[in-house]
Amino acid sequence: MNRPVAPDALVHYVASEKLADLKPPASVLPPWPVALFRTYFGTPATAAITLVCLAILAWTLPPFLSWAFINATWTGTAAQCREAGGACWAFIGEKFWFSVFGLYPYELRWRPATVLVIFAVMVALSTQRLFWRRELVYAWFAVLAVMWGLMGGSVLGIPIPGLEPVATRLWGGWLVTIFLSVFGLAMAYPIGIMLALGRRSKRPIVRALSVTWIEFIRGVPLISLLFIATFIVPLFMPQGVEIDRLIRAQIAFIVFAAAYMAEVFRGGLQAIPKGQFEGADSLGLNYAQTMRFIVLPQALKITIPAQVNTFIGLFKDTTLVLIIGIFDFFTTLRSALGDSNWLGFATEAYLYAAFVYFIACYTMSRYSQRLEKDLSPERVR
Amino acid sequence: MIRNFVLAGLAAAAFVFGPTAAEAGRDLDAIKARGTIRCGVQGPSNPGFGVPNAQGVWGGFNVEVCRAIAITIFNDPSKVEFVPVTTQSRFPALTNGEVDVLSNNTTWTLTRDTGVNRFNFPAIIFYDGQAIMVSRRLNVTSARGLNGATVCVQPGTTTELNLADFFRQNNMTFRPVVIEALDELRRAYDQGRCDVFTNDFAALAAQRTLLSNPRDHVILPERISKEPLGPTIRQGDEELTNIVAWTVFALIDAEEFGITQANVDQIAGSATDPRIRRLLGVEPGMGTAIGAANDQYARTIIKAFGNYGEMFERHLGVNTPLGLERGQNNIWTKGGLLYAPPAR
Repeated sequence: MNRPVAPDALVHYVASEKLADLKPPASVLPPWPVALFRTYFGTPATAAITLVCLAILAWTLPPFLSWAFINATWTGTAAQCREAGGACWAFIGEKFWFSVFGLYPYELRWRPATVLVIFAVMVALSTQRLFWRRELVYAWFAVLAVMWGLMGGSVLGIPIPGLEPVATRLWGGWLVTIFLSVFGLAMAYPIGIMLALGRRSKRPIVRALSVTWIEFIRGVPLISLLFIATFIVPLFMPQGVEIDRLIRAQIAFIVFAAAYMAEVFRGGLQAIPKGQFEGADSLGLNYAQTMRFIVLPQALKITIPAQVNTFIGLFKDTTLVLIIGIFDFFTTLRSALGDSNWLGFATEAYLYAAFVYFIACYTMSRYSQRLEKDLSPERVR
Repeated sequence: MIRNFVLAGLAAAAFVFGPTAAEAGRDLDAIKARGTIRCGVQGPSNPGFGVPNAQGVWGGFNVEVCRAIAITIFNDPSKVEFVPVTTQSRFPALTNGEVDVLSNNTTWTLTRDTGVNRFNFPAIIFYDGQAIMVSRRLNVTSARGLNGATVCVQPGTTTELNLADFFRQNNMTFRPVVIEALDELRRAYDQGRCDVFTNDFAALAAQRTLLSNPRDHVILPERISKEPLGPTIRQGDEELTNIVAWTVFALIDAEEFGITQANVDQIAGSATDPRIRRLLGVEPGMGTAIGAANDQYARTIIKAFGNYGEMFERHLGVNTPLGLERGQNNIWTKGGLLYAPPAR
């Protein structure tokens, strides 16, 4: 068999033996000390910034650490705390369960505790796309009834035998924060979608109503909505009709959140190219089908970062119920600060609150990032 | 995907439709029909006056006043629903019937008594007033010796205006150090940025406990404003007014007559003084006259909480962290302002 022979003119362009492997480019894989050094001291400017930051850390961190850990009091009394001079984590320990359950009657606290566990399990299940099925909705309805029944001792006004009624006035702590934010946002979500669609509707009345809702609510601070819901609405109620204060606050919160969510969704809707609508039309899909199968799946997906942004903002806004005397998590801490046996540990209380809110918000943020990635395989870079 | 997003939203609908309580009426009848009195206390809390403990149970001076009122109406201190209100929300809450009585250190003023709010202040339970705190090393015994002082004061409050008035009346000058947050203000004073710290007496005493060396600071005797605090109700219910007023008077009378939690039963059994016999219901009639549950209402209250002085000492007095002197809040026979009309 004749091997093909390269013309002489080409021979010296073909390697006759294997060349040694090249090292990866230095920019891709420097040894880590070098990488670290380059990152922080690569140029005079970065070196200066690093030094300044280190100086600030050296200046602030040791006093903080000695306050927060070395001189801290973990268990004991206020007197022992003042003696030690450091952080008084014993204060948080003393008030921890108060911050979880608020004013809920002490001997009945197994009820909110059970509710918290059920809720945590449901949330954990709901975050998994594996469980995103119709059954999950039914499960939520059932669980909500159970949770409400356990907390209040009655469902839809029907008392549950064996459970002492507990007015929502006495609900508090983490539970109220969770109720307000989770149900507020869950309700605001569909309403927000409807408002966003309504605002882009061709029907003038629908459009006018949506625009009015969105613009009016966004133009008013949440706190004034809470005031209206809490104090003005009861004045217009017929004698003998009373909507619970917590529910009024919850409604105000939903109305507020929906307006903000609507604008987020509208941004998503406007980002969908016209061709998508035209394509749907050409397939003979009606408006509802177009929205349900073509437009909203894309619009909702691309607005996930903005949605989470709004979620986190609204979650933190729930602390405003402090003003109307609802004992959410933050209010319980403010209340604990007034205990005359434990005066003066505000820093510890606020750090604890910051820690809890940070964990919650950071979890939301991480989850949304994962969700975004899972839902957009085509866009992962 | 949309469906899944919508799911949780629909689920939340169930949350909104819960049980609803019956609407309160606006007078004593409504309170009696409901079986509880709704008492507005300062939320989140007010040191010494009203604070929920670690188990979520309200305690404190103002809280016991409400429980005493419940004893008068129902002969049962547990027939109170405590509704936390804030300084912003207290008057709307009282006006719209969410609470029946405010027991949250509301100052009795002309406009609150007569203006659009139309409230009633049946009795004064605590005489507060703006006070002035200085360091002991200044050797000042009277606020009139503070000419040229630097004063730590919150901006935009009546506190600031009262201070300016006081110094002007006495032909003195001062340099204000104005800081909005009370904690910051206290720190500034503690670090010596100002000579004088001014606020309402009870609040000032609470702040004093937080200074690095509370014993080095003294609250001067002058009160440069009048802040009479008392339970507040809506105008137009004379029966409730009577009940609140005579509940407070019973506490004051009990201290004046030397009736305490410990000796009330013994005194009720052996008293010959007709004033004491009427107060404790040994001679019937007084309880019925004010519309109380029974003639022994005062005896039950004193047995539950003691007289005014005992309540004061338990929550606010010198042996508590607040460390308040009785001062104006002493019985008139001991140089204070507490004076109850005769029960006869």
